[in-house]
Amino acid sequence: MNDNKYKVVRNEMIAPGTYLMTISGDTSEIKGPGQFINIKLDGLYLRRPMSICSYGDDEMTMIYKIVGKGTKAMSRMQPGEEFDALSPLGNGFMIDEIPECAFLIGGGAGAMPIYTLAQILRDAGKKPHVIIGFNKEKEIFFADEFKELGVDLTIATMDGSSGVKGTVVDALLEVRETAMDKNGLKTENRQIYACVCGPEPMMKAVAEHSDAGQYDLGARMACGFGACMGCTVITKNGPKRVCKDGPIFRQEEIIW
Amino acid sequence: MVDTSVELCGIRLDNPVIPASGTFGFGREFAELYDLNLLGSIAFKGTTADPRNGNETPRIADCSAGMLNSVGLQNPGLEAVAAEEIPALAEKCGKPLIANISGFSVEEFVRCAEVMDRCEPVGFLEVNVSCPNVHAGGRNFGTSAEETALITRAVKKVTKKPVFIKLTPNVTDIASIAKACEQAGADGISLINTLLGMRIDIKRRKAVLANRMGGYSGPGIFPVAVRCVAQVHDAVRIPIMGMGGISSAEDVIEMIMAGATAVQIGAANLVDPWACKKIIEELPILMERLGINSLSEICGIA
Repeated sequence: MNDNKYKVVRNEMIAPGTYLMTISGDTSEIKGPGQFINIKLDGLYLRRPMSICSYGDDEMTMIYKIVGKGTKAMSRMQPGEEFDALSPLGNGFMIDEIPECAFLIGGGAGAMPIYTLAQILRDAGKKPHVIIGFNKEKEIFFADEFKELGVDLTIATMDGSSGVKGTVVDALLEVRETAMDKNGLKTENRQIYACVCGPEPMMKAVAEHSDAGQYDLGARMACGFGACMGCTVITKNGPKRVCKDGPIFRQEEIIW
Repeated sequence: MVDTSVELCGIRLDNPVIPASGTFGFGREFAELYDLNLLGSIAFKGTTADPRNGNETPRIADCSAGMLNSVGLQNPGLEAVAAEEIPALAEKCGKPLIANISGFSVEEFVRCAEVMDRCEPVGFLEVNVSCPNVHAGGRNFGTSAEETALITRAVKKVTKKPVFIKLTPNVTDIASIAKACEQAGADGISLINTLLGMRIDIKRRKAVLANRMGGYSGPGIFPVAVRCVAQVHDAVRIPIMGMGGISSAEDVIEMIMAGATAVQIGAANLVDPWACKKIIEELPILMERLGINSLSEICGIA
C-alpha cells in the first residue's frame, strides 16, 4: 500500500448515473482484480473505497454509480484533476483456485472487477462464462468490451428489454447446462463455481445456486487497510476485515 | 536542537505522540509502513476479558470534519492479546506500551489489569470507562464520578504500573470526574474519548449506523478536546494524555499548551496511515519556529 497521486484522464457517464473514470498513476503493486483503492476527496473526511475495474502499466479504470457525496464529487472531476489514493488495497480474487469453467457474475456498477478477471482467465486458456445483470437495456454498459474479450456472455435485464428476462440467477439457471455442455464438462464435474461482484442480495441469491466460488463483499469502511475494524464481517472462520482479509471471500466461509 | 521528549509518570518518552487505542489495532498494519519505534508509545486496541465480535455493521458514518464509529470494542480477548498480540507488537516497538482495557463489571476491569500488569512490554494501563458504544445493562461507568473512582481504586490495587483513566466528554462536568479519579489514586487522565453522535440516512429514513449512535471523532471535536483538557488541567495535578481530533504538529502544541503532557492521535491514522510519523517529523521544526526548547515549558501555559 502506498499513498499515490492519480490524475484523471477520462471521466464520463456510460449509463444513466453510472460513470467510468480512468486515472493515471502508479499501478505497479496491483496484484489482480477485486482489489480496490481508497480515495481522498476534497471536503470529505473519510476516504472513499473504489473497486479497480481494469488496470495497465500506469493507468486504471473504475466504474461507479452516484450513490452519495463521494461518488457525486467524483462525477464532477475533470480530466487533469488530481487526487490521492491509498493503493492497492484488499486481497483480490484467488485466481489459482478458479476452475476451467467458472461463471463470472456481476450486477450493476460494482460488477466490473469481473472484466479483468475474465481477461486473465481467458489469457490463461480458461473458459469463463460471464453473466451481467442490469435493470433495463438503457442501463447496460461494457457488453461490447466483454464481447471483444471473446468470452461467453449472457446479459440479464429485469424488464426483459435485453437478454434473459430476470436476475443474474435466472440467467445462470437458464444457461448453466449449455455452458457446461459447451465446455465438455462430464456429469460428475458439473459443479457451479461462481465469482461474483454486486449488491449483497444478488450475491446471496447466486450463492444459493452455486457449489463454490468467490464473492466481493464490499462494505462501508473507514481506513481500508485493516486498522479500524469498521467493516468487520462475521465468517465461519470468525470475524474478518472486509478491507484487509477481503474483500474477496470464499463461498464456504461466508455466513449470509 | 529542541527536546521533544516528555516524562509521563517517571517514564521518559522520546516524543509525546502516541497512536490512540482503536485506530491502530496492534500495530501490525502500520509496521509495514514505518518503523514503530519512531512513536512515543502505542495505545493498542481496547481489550476486554473475553473475545468480542463488536457491533452490527454499518459501524462507520462519515461526517463533516470527522467520523462516527460504533465498532463496539471488537477484540480477540485478554488471553489472546497477552499471549500473541503484545509479544508481536513488542517485537516491532520497543517502547513502553499503553494497554487500553475495558470491562462491563469492576471484576472484568480487575481481571484485565491483573494480566496487563504481568505483561513486560506494557508500561501504562489506560482504563476505558467511557466507550459509548457498548450498552451492558445500560451501565456507563464513565458518566458517574463514584463509579469511575470505584474502578480506579480496584485497578490500582492490582497493578504497580501507572494507571490512566480515559474519560468521556459526554458529561456535565468532566473536571469533577477527573478529580474523583485523582483522589482514587489514578496516576493520570486520558481525554477525551469520542462524543456520542448520530447520523440519519434521509433517503432510507434510518440511522446510518446499525447501532444508531456512535462515537464522533476527528478534527471537528478538537476544540471540545482542548477545552476539556484545559478544564481537567486546572482541576488535577496528575498528568494528562490529550486526544480528540489531533491531526497536525500544530494541534499537538495546542493540546500541550492546554495542559496535556503527551497526546494521542486517533482518527487521523485512519485517513492518513502515516499521520503519526509526519507529525513526529514536523514537531521539532515547529518547536524551533515557535521558540519552544522543551515541551514541559509550555504544558498548560494557556
